[in-house]
Amino acid sequence: MKDQGLYLSEFERDNCGAGFICNLHGEKSNTIIHNALEILVKLEHRGAISSDGKTGDGAGILIDIPHEFFNRVCEFALPAPKEYAVGMVFLPKSLNQYKMCAEIFETQLIRQGLVILGWRKVPVDTSNLGEIAAKTEPRIHQIFIGKKTAELTEFEFKAKLFAARKITEHLIEKSKLAERNFFYVSSFSTTTIIYKGLLIPEDIGRYYTDLKESDVVTRLALVHQRFSTNTFPSWELAQPFRYMCHNGEINTLRGNVNRMRTREELMKSDLFGDDINELFPIIFDGKSDSASMDMVVELLVMTGRPLPEVMMMMVPEAWEKDTTMSPEKRAFYEYNSCIMEPWDGPASVPFTDGNYIGALLDRNGLRPSRYTVTKDGYVIMSSEIGVIEVAPENVVKHGRLEPGKMFLVDMNAGRIIEDQEIKDEIVFKHPYKDWVSQHTLPLSKVPYTNNQCPIEITDYKTRLRLFGYTTEDIATIITPMVVNAKEAIGSMGYDAPLAVLSDEPQLLYNYFKQLFAQVTNPPLDGIREEIITDISLAIGEDRNIFDSIPEQAKKLRIQNPVISNEDLKKIKNIDHPDFKAISIPMLYEVEKGMNGLEKALEDIIAKAEAAYNQVNIIILSDRGVDQKNAPIPALLACSYLHHALNKKGKRSKFGIVIETAEAREPHHFATLIGYGASAVNPYLANEIIRTLVKENVITGIETEVAVQNFNKAIGKGILKIMNKIGISTLHSYRGSQIFEILGLKKSFASKYFPYTPSRIGGIGLYVLEKDIIKRHEKAFSVSEINQTLQLPTGGDFRWRRNGEKHQFNPTTVSKLQQAVRTKNKQSYQVYADTINEQNKSFMTLRGLFEFDNLNPISIDEVEPWTEIVKRFKTGAMSYGSISQEAHENLAIAMNRIGGKSNSGEGGENPNRFTKQANGDWKNSAIKQVASGRFGVSSHYLTSAKEIQIKMAQGAKPGEGGQLPGEKVLPWIAEVRNSTPYVGLISPPPHHDIYSIEDLAQLIFDLKNANREARINVKLVSKVGVGTIAAGVVKAKADVILISGYDGGTGASPLTSLKHTGLPWELGIAEAQQTLVLNNLRERVVLECDGQLKTGRDVAIAALLGAEEFGFATAPLVASGCIMMRACHLNTCPVGIATQDPELRKNFKGKPEHVINFMYFVAEELRQIMAQLGFRTIKEMIGQVHKINAKEAISHYKVKGIDVSAILYQPKCEGSAALHNTKKQEHHLDNVLDMKIKNDAIAAIQNKTQTTLNYSIKNTDRAVGAITSNEISKIHGKEGLPENTLQLNFKGSAGQSFGAFTTKGITMTVEGETNDYLGKGLSGGKIIIKKPKKADFLAEENIITGNVSFYGGISGEAYINGIAGERFAVRNSGVITVVEGVGDHGCEYMTGGKVVILGKTGRNFAAGMSGGIAYIYDKDKNFTENSCNTEMVDLDELTSDDRSELKQLIENHQKYTDSALATKLLANWQNEIQHFVKVFPKDYKKALVRLQKEKELAQKTA
Amino acid sequence: MGQIGGFKTYKRQDEGNKAVNKRVKNYNEFTIPLEKEKQQDQGSRCMDCGIPFCHSGCPLGNLIPDFNDMVNKGEWKKALEILHATNNFPEFTGRLCPAPCEQACVLGIIDEPVSIEEIEKSIIDRGFKEGWVVPQPPKTRTGKTIAVVGSGPAGLAAAQQLNRAGHTVTVMERDDEIGGLLRYGIPNFKLEKEIIDRRVDILEAEGISFKTNTNVGVNYAVSELDKFDAVVLCGGATIRRSLPVKGIDNKGVVQAMDFLTQKTKQLFNKKIEGELITAKDKNVIVIGGGDTGSDCVGTSNRHGAKSVTNFEIMPKPPIERSEKTPWPFWPLQLKTTSSHEEGCDRNWLINTKEFVTNDKGELIALKTIEVEWVLKTGERPQLVEKPNSEKTWDCDLVLLALGFTGADQTISSQMGLEVDQRTNYVANESYQTNNPKVFTAGDMRRGQSLIVWAISEGREAARCVDLFLMGSSNLPTKGQGDLISE
Repeated sequence: MKDQGLYLSEFERDNCGAGFICNLHGEKSNTIIHNALEILVKLEHRGAISSDGKTGDGAGILIDIPHEFFNRVCEFALPAPKEYAVGMVFLPKSLNQYKMCAEIFETQLIRQGLVILGWRKVPVDTSNLGEIAAKTEPRIHQIFIGKKTAELTEFEFKAKLFAARKITEHLIEKSKLAERNFFYVSSFSTTTIIYKGLLIPEDIGRYYTDLKESDVVTRLALVHQRFSTNTFPSWELAQPFRYMCHNGEINTLRGNVNRMRTREELMKSDLFGDDINELFPIIFDGKSDSASMDMVVELLVMTGRPLPEVMMMMVPEAWEKDTTMSPEKRAFYEYNSCIMEPWDGPASVPFTDGNYIGALLDRNGLRPSRYTVTKDGYVIMSSEIGVIEVAPENVVKHGRLEPGKMFLVDMNAGRIIEDQEIKDEIVFKHPYKDWVSQHTLPLSKVPYTNNQCPIEITDYKTRLRLFGYTTEDIATIITPMVVNAKEAIGSMGYDAPLAVLSDEPQLLYNYFKQLFAQVTNPPLDGIREEIITDISLAIGEDRNIFDSIPEQAKKLRIQNPVISNEDLKKIKNIDHPDFKAISIPMLYEVEKGMNGLEKALEDIIAKAEAAYNQVNIIILSDRGVDQKNAPIPALLACSYLHHALNKKGKRSKFGIVIETAEAREPHHFATLIGYGASAVNPYLANEIIRTLVKENVITGIETEVAVQNFNKAIGKGILKIMNKIGISTLHSYRGSQIFEILGLKKSFASKYFPYTPSRIGGIGLYVLEKDIIKRHEKAFSVSEINQTLQLPTGGDFRWRRNGEKHQFNPTTVSKLQQAVRTKNKQSYQVYADTINEQNKSFMTLRGLFEFDNLNPISIDEVEPWTEIVKRFKTGAMSYGSISQEAHENLAIAMNRIGGKSNSGEGGENPNRFTKQANGDWKNSAIKQVASGRFGVSSHYLTSAKEIQIKMAQGAKPGEGGQLPGEKVLPWIAEVRNSTPYVGLISPPPHHDIYSIEDLAQLIFDLKNANREARINVKLVSKVGVGTIAAGVVKAKADVILISGYDGGTGASPLTSLKHTGLPWELGIAEAQQTLVLNNLRERVVLECDGQLKTGRDVAIAALLGAEEFGFATAPLVASGCIMMRACHLNTCPVGIATQDPELRKNFKGKPEHVINFMYFVAEELRQIMAQLGFRTIKEMIGQVHKINAKEAISHYKVKGIDVSAILYQPKCEGSAALHNTKKQEHHLDNVLDMKIKNDAIAAIQNKTQTTLNYSIKNTDRAVGAITSNEISKIHGKEGLPENTLQLNFKGSAGQSFGAFTTKGITMTVEGETNDYLGKGLSGGKIIIKKPKKADFLAEENIITGNVSFYGGISGEAYINGIAGERFAVRNSGVITVVEGVGDHGCEYMTGGKVVILGKTGRNFAAGMSGGIAYIYDKDKNFTENSCNTEMVDLDELTSDDRSELKQLIENHQKYTDSALATKLLANWQNEIQHFVKVFPKDYKKALVRLQKEKELAQKTA
Repeated sequence: MGQIGGFKTYKRQDEGNKAVNKRVKNYNEFTIPLEKEKQQDQGSRCMDCGIPFCHSGCPLGNLIPDFNDMVNKGEWKKALEILHATNNFPEFTGRLCPAPCEQACVLGIIDEPVSIEEIEKSIIDRGFKEGWVVPQPPKTRTGKTIAVVGSGPAGLAAAQQLNRAGHTVTVMERDDEIGGLLRYGIPNFKLEKEIIDRRVDILEAEGISFKTNTNVGVNYAVSELDKFDAVVLCGGATIRRSLPVKGIDNKGVVQAMDFLTQKTKQLFNKKIEGELITAKDKNVIVIGGGDTGSDCVGTSNRHGAKSVTNFEIMPKPPIERSEKTPWPFWPLQLKTTSSHEEGCDRNWLINTKEFVTNDKGELIALKTIEVEWVLKTGERPQLVEKPNSEKTWDCDLVLLALGFTGADQTISSQMGLEVDQRTNYVANESYQTNNPKVFTAGDMRRGQSLIVWAISEGREAARCVDLFLMGSSNLPTKGQGDLISE
C-alpha cells in the first residue's frame, strides 16, 4: 500500500504464530508437511483475515529440498543432493518483464561461475485464492543451480549463490520495471526450500500442489503465519524467510538498519572480493523488520559464523547484569556488543539452515514457545501446545523456551543440544575474556586529568536565558531530579500549544515526539525488570564485521551516557594509543543569520571529515557562546553529523559525544542519543546544580552527589523512554530515532533528520534561526533593565501570564463553572468562544481549520441534544485517582442522559451495579480493563455495557502507574481487591498483550465474559496508529478509541505529559483514512478524546471520522476542578482528586453541572451542524470536505504547516463506508463454553450439583468465562456454593482456560494448558494434572504456559507441573500450588498465596507488594540468585505458616495425585526446613498498621 | 513549591490592629505585623495552583505563588526580587489595595484565602528595613527625555520604568508634594507619608527629576512639553461627583477630598487653603459607602466627631459572595473596614434629597428617602423611591465621598487630545493619544480605579513609550491573562 494522506506504509506491523516439527531420526516423510500445516491451522486464531474474508496475511512452510521428487519432475538431470541449489523465485506476471528478470538473474549466476541446470514452473492451484491475493499473485518458478567445479566448497558455493542473488535483486530494483516488485527469491539454498504466499494456512497445501506429492518428503518443517495490522500485505513478506521466521517485533529496526549501512563502509571479504560493493545495501529499504533481520542473518552467516553464533550476536541474552553467567559467556557477549547492537524487541525466532533447526527467545521472553519431544522421535515446537495431538504415553518431555535461551536440534546428529552446550562451544572458540580485558577501556579506568574546564566568558544568568532556561525548569524539572534522583511527577493533561504553534522560542527537542509501544509490541518495566535492561555503551571506531579479531574490542565503555564535566575532561584529553578525541564547536556568528548557521553546520561536517581516520571520538560542544556567537541546536548538529557522514560512508570510525548547555530533561538526552550521540555532558545543568547547592536552595546534599543524582535521574528517564517503545538496551536505542517530528518542514527534516516522519510540515532552518536570535538578543539585553527577573518564570506546566498559553486558564475555567452552575448560556458562550478563539490563535491543530462548504438548514431539523449526548462519554478516571463523590457524580450524570461514564482502572464497588430507589444509577457503563486489572472480576465485567481495554493513556503512553500504599485506603483496597496500605503497581504492558494476536485473545476473553458488552480498545495517537487500528479491527474490537496525547492523568512524569504521543486530530484522521483504505471502517465504531472542550471540537472530530466522543478534564472542571495539578499529592482542595475525608467534603459538584456541560456542548454542536447542513451526527462522520485549512494564517511559525494530509479523503474502489455499519462477527455460538453453559443450566440457575466431562483442544479458548458470566448475572459476586459445577476436561486446553471463572465452578484438566491460565480468576477452582498414562515426571515438565492467574482475584489452583514465565503476575487473591515456575514469578503480586514446589526463574517477586509465596528451595539457589529482594523479605516460616503450607500441599496431593507432593509429605519434618517464605515489606507494614487500627477501633467501640 | 498541604496545617492569620480607643487618638498606622515565622507559615498556605487565579486577578500580574513560596522558605530577599519585578510600589498596594488577588485565590473556595496582601506588605517592609531597597540607576542613558505629568502611582510607575530603560525622566506634580492622591487623598493612618518619601528618595537617586507645584496648562505651558521626546499624562481622575440637590452649596457640605487633604496637610504643617474643616463634636454624615467614605469615617472619628453616619445608595451587599459574582471574580460583598470598626452607623438604599440649614445658614440636617432598584432584563436598573419613607437626619457636617467622574480637561483642551464621553483621555492599546508622542495612563485614561491598576497602567505605558522611542523594548510587560469577568 503506498503512502497517502497520513498513512505511511513503513508503520505496517505484524505478529504471528510460528512453529516447527522435525524428526530426530532423520526420517523423511510427507506427513511432516501435513502435520506442520496442521500446526498453522490450529494457530489460526493467532492470524487474521482481510476484508475480503479470504485472503490471509501470509503463511508459509520451509522444508528440506525434496531431492527424489525434483529428480522425478525436472526435465533436466540433477546432481547429488547438496551439490546443487534450488531457488524458489517469484517473478513478474507480464511475459516480457518476467523474461527480463529471469535473464538478469541468469547473467549474474553465470558471472559467478555457476551453472544453470534449468527452470521449473511451480504448479499452483489458484481456485482458492482470495481476491486481494489474486491481484498480487506472482509467477512462481524454481531455478536449479549447479557448481561448475567440484573444488567449490559448500560454503563457497553458498557465497556465490548469495552474491548472484543479491546483485540481481539490486539490479532489478534499479531497473524501473513496472513489475519489479514481483521479483523475489523466497529461498535459494542447497538444503531447504520455502513454499509461501498470501494464503491462509489450510490453503498452502491446496495452492502448492507439490506439497501433496507423496515423494515430497522432509525431515523438518518450519511454518509461520502472519497477523498483519493492515490488509495489504504482500507475497514476499510472508514467512519463513531464508534462515528464520519471527514472532514479535523489532523496535530498534531504524537504528539497526542505519548501523548496518554504516558497517558496509568497512566490509571486506576474500570470499566476495570486489563483488562486495555490489551487495550493498545489505538491507533493502521498506522491508519488514523480520525480513531485514533475515538479510543480516544471511550476511553474518557469510562471514563464517555458525548460525547459532549469529543468533547470539543479534539477540543476546541479558548478560549485562547477570552475575551468575560464566565469565567466558559474558566476555563473548561483551565482545560482540562491540560489533553488533541487539536487534531488540519481543522476538521468538525459529531458525534453520537445514542442518540445524532451532529457536531463540529474546531477553524479555515475551513470546510463548512450547515444545514436545516424543518417543517416536519427533520434536514439535510452536507458540502453543496441543497443536499436534500427541498421545500422553508418547511424550518424553514437554518444555518451553526460556528468555534468552536457545533450543537447537542437530538434524545430522539426530539430537537436541541444550542451551549450555551450544553456547559453551561458541564462547570458548576465542579467548574473548582476554580480548575484552586487553582492549576494552572502561571510562572509570581512565585517570582524571588536571585540565581545567573551559571558563565561560559570558555570565551565568545570560547563558541561562540564552539556552532558554526558566525558573520553572530549574524548580520543577531539575531540582526534583537532584533531590530524589528521579524525574518529577505532575498531573492533569498538557494544554499548552504544540511547539510549532507557540509564540515562545522553542528548543528543537520540542518538535520531536517519542513513539511508544501499543498493541503490536509491549512496553517494558525497567524498574521492576531491571535485570534485562542496560544503559551502558561502547564508544569508538567500528571494524570489518567479517573479522573476528581482538581489535574489535577496542572501545571505550561508559556506564551511563550522561557524563559529568570530569568524565568529559577525561575523554577530551584522553591519552591512550587506541583513543583520540577532538572537539568541534557548535556555534555560529549571529550576525550571519541563517546562512551563517547553515554554513556552520557544513563546517562541522568538514571538520569531522578532516579528522577521519585520525580520531575516534568527536565532541560537539556549544561552550563559548558570547555576544557574537550563538549556539547551534545540539540535536541539529548531532543528527546532521551522524547522517551526513553516514551518507559519505565515513560514519563508522568515530563516536559522538555532546557537550551542551541545552540538555536538561530526559527527553533531550533521549533525542540526542536517538540521533546518534553516545554520551552527553549537560554542563550548564551541572552548573545550575552547583549553584543551587552553593546558594542553599538545595540543602543536605554534597555538590558531587547532587550532580550524580541528576545524572542518575536522567539515566533512568532515558531508560523509561526506551522502555516505552519496548527497548531494553541503550546500545540498540542509539541512532534508532524512534520519534515523530511535529512541526518541521519536510525538506528540513529530510536533510537533517532523514527517515523520521514529519507529516504536517512546519518550520525550517530560517524560523529556527530566528528563534535562536530571539533568545540570543533577549539574553544579552534583559540584564540592562533593573528589577526585572533574570530568568523568565516559565509557565509550561503551571499557568503564568508571560508563559505559554493554556487552554484552561483563569477565564475559561471560571466561565465554564459559572455556566454549568447557573445554566447560563452567556457564560458558556464566553467560555466556548475563548477556547475556540484560542484554537484559532493556534494552540491546537484544529485551530488551523475552518468550516467550509456550508449548507445552512434550520436548527430545528437537527437532531435534539438528547440524542447527541448519547454519543458522549466521560473519560476513564479510576476510583482512587478521584474521590468517590466525584466518580459517582459523573456516573449518575451520564446515566441520566444516556451517555456513558467510565470506571477507570480501579474497579468499582458492586453496590453501584444496581439502580438506586430514586432512579439514579451509579454504575459506570464502561468498565475499564487496564494492565493492573484491579477489580476486574466476572461480576464487574458482567455489569458493563462496554468494556474498554486501555492499551495506552494519552498523558503517559507506554508507561505504567503506581498507587503508593499510603493512598490505598481501606475503601479503595476493597474495590480494587487488594490489601489496604499495600502499594499497587500498574505494569507498563498488559501481561497478556505482547502483540496483536494477544489483543485478539483478550478481546475474545472479554467478549466471553460479557457477550452483550461492546469491546472498546483505547489507543493513543501516534504515527502508525492507523495501521494499529486496522489490526485492532481485525482483532475484532467493536469500538476503537483514539486518544490525544494531551489527556489528563492523576500522576505522570512531567516530560511524558509533553513529549509522548500526538494530538487526536492526527490520530483520528489517520485511523479513519487507514480503515477506509482497508475497507475496515464499517466494522468498528471510532471514538475520540483528548482535551475535547467545545461543540466546535466535537464537530471537527466528527468530520475527521469520530462517531463517539469522550470528555474528561472539562466535566471535571464543570464538577469543580480548578486545575490545581496536585492530583498526585492527595491535596486537591475541591475534593475531586483526593481521598482525604476532610477535603472530600469540599466537593460541590452535582450531576446537573455535568449534564449542563454536555447540554451546552451539544447545543453548540447543533448550531454548527445546522450551518454545515447535517441533520444527524451520523451524516457528518468523516465528511472532511467540510473542513478547510484556514486561509489567513500569518503566524510566523504556522505558515509552513500543511494540514492537507489530515484532510485527505482516501480514494477507494466502490463505496467504502465512512462510519460503522456492521457488527463484528465474534463467532461465539460454537465455542465449547456455550455447550457447557447449556449442559450446566441446572447448576447455574438452581445451584444443582453437576459434574460434566469434555475433551478439549488448544482451539477451545477462554473456557469458563461464558458460564461464569451466566452465573454472575444471576448470583452476582457470590457465585455458586463451592464445587457446585464440576467440569472435567481431557486434552490440551486453549489459552485463557478458566478466565474470570467464578465461585462454585471447579475445572479439572487432565493434560496441559496454554498461556493465561486462570486470568482474572474470580473464585473458581482450577486443577491441572498430568495425564494418567504419561510416564514423564510431572515436576520436570511444563504443564501450563505463561502469565497464569494474571489479575486473579480469588479462587484456588493446583498445578501438577511447571508453569511458564510470570506466574501469578498481579495476583490479588488466588491461592495456588505449582511445581516450578519461569522468570518474573509473582511479579506485581498484591495478594493471595503461591506455593512453589520447584525451581523459579530469575527476578522472582519483582514489584511484589502483597500476598505470600512459599518456595521449596532445597538447593539454596532461590535466595542467592532468583529472588528480587527489593520489595520483599525472605523469612522463616512461623508455625501458622507451616500448618497452612501443609494444608495446601495436602490439597495439591489430593487434587492432582502429585508425586512430588506425596514425596514431600512423606518426609514433611525434614522437607519443611527447605521452605522459604517470601514476605513483601509493604504487606508486613500494612498488617501491623491494620492490626493497630483494629485495636484502636475496639478500644473506641 | 512550598509545603504540600500547608493549607491544611495553618489557618489564615492576619496582622493585628491596635485597639480602637488607642488608634483613634492619632493619625498613625496602627497595624501590628505578624512575627516573621508566622508570616512564613502563612506563605505555606499557598497551594501553588496549576492555574494561579490570584496571578490573573492581580492587575499587575504579581507572581504571587512564586513570592509566597520564597516567603515560606524564608528567602525574603528573593521574594522581594520577584515582587519588585512586577510591582514598583508594593508598599502602596500592600497597604491600600482591595486585593482582587485574594478574591481570586483558590483557597478562598473552601477556606479563607491566602493573606496575599499582607505577605506583600511584609516583604517590602522587610526589604526597606534590611536595606535591600536601594537605588538602581540605569547602566546607560539613551539620551531621550520624557515628561511624566502627574506623580500618582501611575505617573511614578511610568517614570521609574522609563528611567530604568535609560531615558531621562522629569515628573511634574501640580501639588506641593509628590504622590498624587496617595499624598493627601489617603489618610496618614492608612499610609504614613514617610512611606512615599522613602520611595521618592529612591526614585530621585535613580536619576528622576521631580518638579512640584507644576501644574501643566496652568502654571506650565503645554508648549514646554514639546522639548521632550515623549510625554506621559497621568493626571488622574480628579473631577469629583456632586449631588444635584437643594443645599449642596451649603457651608457644612464638604467634598471628602477637601476634608482628607486638609487633615493630612495639617499633620505635616502645610499651608491650608480655605477654612478649616473639623468634625470635632459634630454629627457627621458621610455620603458614599466606598473606600473614601470609609476614610472619612476614620478621619472624622479621629477628629473627635460626636457621631458618624454613613449613607450608601446601593443595597447592602451580602455577607457571603453572591451567585452573581462567583469566585474568582470580584464579589459584591459587605466590606467592613477598620474605619467602620472605629464607629459608624451605616445605612443602605438611602438617597439624600435636601440639605437643611438653620437661619444662620448652618447645616442642621439633611432629608433622605429610601430607594429601591428595579431590575428589568435588558435595561439598566432603575432607582425608585419608596413612598412615605422620608426621614430627616440631624447633622452638622456632611462629607461627600461620591467618587470621581473623570479627568481634568485643561491639558486635553490645550493640546487637542481626544477625550471620551466620560471625559477620560482616549488612547489606543499602546496608551498613545491622538498625538503620537503623548501617552496617557492610569485613572486619566481608564477613569477612577484602583492603585494597583494605576501602577499597572504606568508600567505598561512605559513599555509602549520605550517601544515608540527605541523600536524595541526590554521593559517587562504583565502579558495577557487579566481575569475577564464578562
